[in-house]
Amino acid sequence: MSTIVSPDLTANCAGIITPNPFWLASAPPTNSGDQIMRAFDAGWGGAVWKTLGQPIQNVSSRFGGLHYRGTRGIGFNNIELITDRPVETNLREIAEVKRRYPKHGVIVSLMVESRDEWQDLIKRSIDAGADGLELNFGCPHGMCERGMGSAVGQEPKLNETITSWAAEFSTIPVLVKLTPNVDNIVPHGLAAQRGGADGVSLINTIKSVIGIDIDNFVPLPKVDGRSTNGGYCGPAVKPIALHMVSSLGRAPEFNLPISGIGGISNWRDAVEFILLGSSSVQVCTEVMLRGYRVVEDMIEGLTEYMRRQGFANLGEMVGRAVPNLSEWGDLDLNHETVAKINPTSCIGCQACVVACHDGAHQCIHPAEDKSVRVPVVDESECVGCNLCEIVCPVPGCITMEEVDNGFAPASWNQHAEEGLTLRPKKGVHT
Amino acid sequence: MSKLPATRSETVFVDAKPGYSPVQALTEANRCLYCADAPCVQACPTGIDIPEFIRKIATDNLRGSARTIFDANIFGMSCARVCPVEVLCVGKCVYNEMDVPPIQIGKLQRYATDAAFERGDRFFEAGPDSGKKVALLGGGPASLAAAHELRRKGHACTIFEQAELLGGLSTTGVAPYKMKADRALEEVEWVLGIGGVEVRTGVQIGVDISVEELLRDFDAVFVGLGLGADRLLHLPGGDLAGIRGAVDWIAEIKTDKAALGGVRRAVVIGGGNTAIDTVRELRGLGIPEVSLAYRGAEAQMSGYVHEWSWAKVEGVRGVFGAQPLAYIGEGGAVTGVRFARLDAERQPIAGEELTLEADLVLLAIGQGRLGELLGETEGITLERGRLIVDDAGRTGNPKIFAGGDCANGGKEVVNAVDEGKRAAIAIDLAFGQALCGGEAT
Repeated sequence: MSTIVSPDLTANCAGIITPNPFWLASAPPTNSGDQIMRAFDAGWGGAVWKTLGQPIQNVSSRFGGLHYRGTRGIGFNNIELITDRPVETNLREIAEVKRRYPKHGVIVSLMVESRDEWQDLIKRSIDAGADGLELNFGCPHGMCERGMGSAVGQEPKLNETITSWAAEFSTIPVLVKLTPNVDNIVPHGLAAQRGGADGVSLINTIKSVIGIDIDNFVPLPKVDGRSTNGGYCGPAVKPIALHMVSSLGRAPEFNLPISGIGGISNWRDAVEFILLGSSSVQVCTEVMLRGYRVVEDMIEGLTEYMRRQGFANLGEMVGRAVPNLSEWGDLDLNHETVAKINPTSCIGCQACVVACHDGAHQCIHPAEDKSVRVPVVDESECVGCNLCEIVCPVPGCITMEEVDNGFAPASWNQHAEEGLTLRPKKGVHT
Repeated sequence: MSKLPATRSETVFVDAKPGYSPVQALTEANRCLYCADAPCVQACPTGIDIPEFIRKIATDNLRGSARTIFDANIFGMSCARVCPVEVLCVGKCVYNEMDVPPIQIGKLQRYATDAAFERGDRFFEAGPDSGKKVALLGGGPASLAAAHELRRKGHACTIFEQAELLGGLSTTGVAPYKMKADRALEEVEWVLGIGGVEVRTGVQIGVDISVEELLRDFDAVFVGLGLGADRLLHLPGGDLAGIRGAVDWIAEIKTDKAALGGVRRAVVIGGGNTAIDTVRELRGLGIPEVSLAYRGAEAQMSGYVHEWSWAKVEGVRGVFGAQPLAYIGEGGAVTGVRFARLDAERQPIAGEELTLEADLVLLAIGQGRLGELLGETEGITLERGRLIVDDAGRTGNPKIFAGGDCANGGKEVVNAVDEGKRAAIAIDLAFGQALCGGEAT
């Protein structure tokens, strides 16, 4: 009987080796040893301990959810701070977890102020058995008002300085957790690199106001009739996170490993982060909403994907999509696609008609024969924008088909610099 | 592979619950709330992790979804079709608590398991050879599920089946609008695909091989013999042509072309699920007048309410408080059944009789018990022909285990699968304990 060889899911992110790339992000699900041990039992490969520092006092309430058309929690925000538990308690539990789960990764997130405090906490974390450290330069609420968290992450010089302290004091890998609350992530990744970090993790949460109680004029989440900005996360932030991860993945001068974070809810999301250069992925919101058990499907789905693609190990897939990202100016303007509607699967909702008329280039029209509900695409005007395919409720009904227009490839840069010919524009309606 | 004639009667039926398209499955899967300690799982005799397999449909991890199902229930494909989900998982979906349509768990399970069958996925391999041998009596879902589980643990298995076809009632008893016999046989092959299960058909226990021989030649015996022949009523006219047992008749329409020419009126006697299946099948085969006659009141029927409601929609007439007194015949063939009218206490009402005309009378009043085959064996206790077992399928004889209809008295496929699997675990445990004992001495 043939035995199928299973792909190797072992992850190595900045020298932190875990049985699989699925780590819990530093957050409420990693608040205690008991929780993390249950998570490891469920299958998580690593966990970034809820940030250690001077224990804080939290508010109530702390979380807000974004619900959209009946789906709860597509976005999520929080105004919770770092750990509220004594450092000694956390360190004792870290040691216990490592004793019981030596093969799993325990990464300790840290946030303190002075050089001495960093030195002290780093030493004690290493003594407790941590496999790696994560410097929390990302938290965008509360802690930043006290000069920590994103206040550090937004200031490359500060980032570099504190990172260099950690690099100096640490004998284990140091990850710097970056904040997305910046206009360009690359200088911040480079600051961590200059400071001597072994890797970066991103993104932390995005500054946000999750919603308003419109009857009482109070933003959410409410704390005795008031609120504050919180950190936004969950599935809705994934595109922003993917962009920031890929920005670092593409930057030629940046060469640190990346632990990808931001809205990862299932195996497919994880694959996307890995293909853009993440060698581990961190998850929080999906676990907060549905529990540690979601990792089963993540591991199984990733394994199955790797088997389908023929990847023997994670290293073969990390960053595989990065070369296919480029500047807009290098995209081929002569590449032409048009929408095709499959008349047999079309259900006649005409969502594409209204979307094209009002939101695109007015090239999908109702059929002349009013008894026919399948719309007609005017291919001479279709710009191939994709909007119809996005609104169509029937998978595979609208496809974007390539047109051979006889024009040789030409990007804007090639046109501007070398005078290459561009095809005539469509959908301009002059 | 099918030994079944293409012209068999059941082929005229279409699926009562057709399979989902991908869009339908995704839409339904995304509605699932992914409950923790979910009531649907608690309601499943085999304890399938339903929220997990549904989540995997939603994330497009279809192979993983099927693995989750089959890991708990190797008959997950047929159970998806034949389980009375309305009174099991779907009936317990928390959406019912807020008057929102419950998740169609059976249809989602069918979607995931059908996809696995179409792809030819295999999930389980036999364990390393343990050197132990188990005899499994009967070739239905209980024995097959037990054999599969035993093979995963490396024990050699031999199934003894009296009939030529395996699958038991899954093959010959399931209503054809739920699943047809060829699909059941395909599933049997798929389950046996784990390898290492010897199958001996046409073997009658107690005739071709004795229980003593089995106990001598095997390390353990699992009894999954199911139920015996249909019970018949010993009434005047009982030897007229056109009177037969319902289970026997269903097996015929499942595996052969039943002779229904000339049948215009059929009466089915009984109030259980077999009776309801039978009347629906008769209507489906085009019999114009079909009646179900039951001793008790409509509300006292043991068959599922949702199934009986469908039967009525399909034009079946229900006759309640009716006790058969005699068959009426002409020229050696039945022409009707004479009934006494019963009151609410099921006592005959003096002078009130009723006659239903019928060219075909099918009796769905239960089946005989096969437990007697083992009645003389040491440690075996019978209760009205039913083998007494504990929760793990153990009888009083340390080498004999049992499950399925012969032990539970007649339940669903999903119960047989669960009991077979649990007995296999108990057998494995018993082997382990025997081994440990051996090492200690």
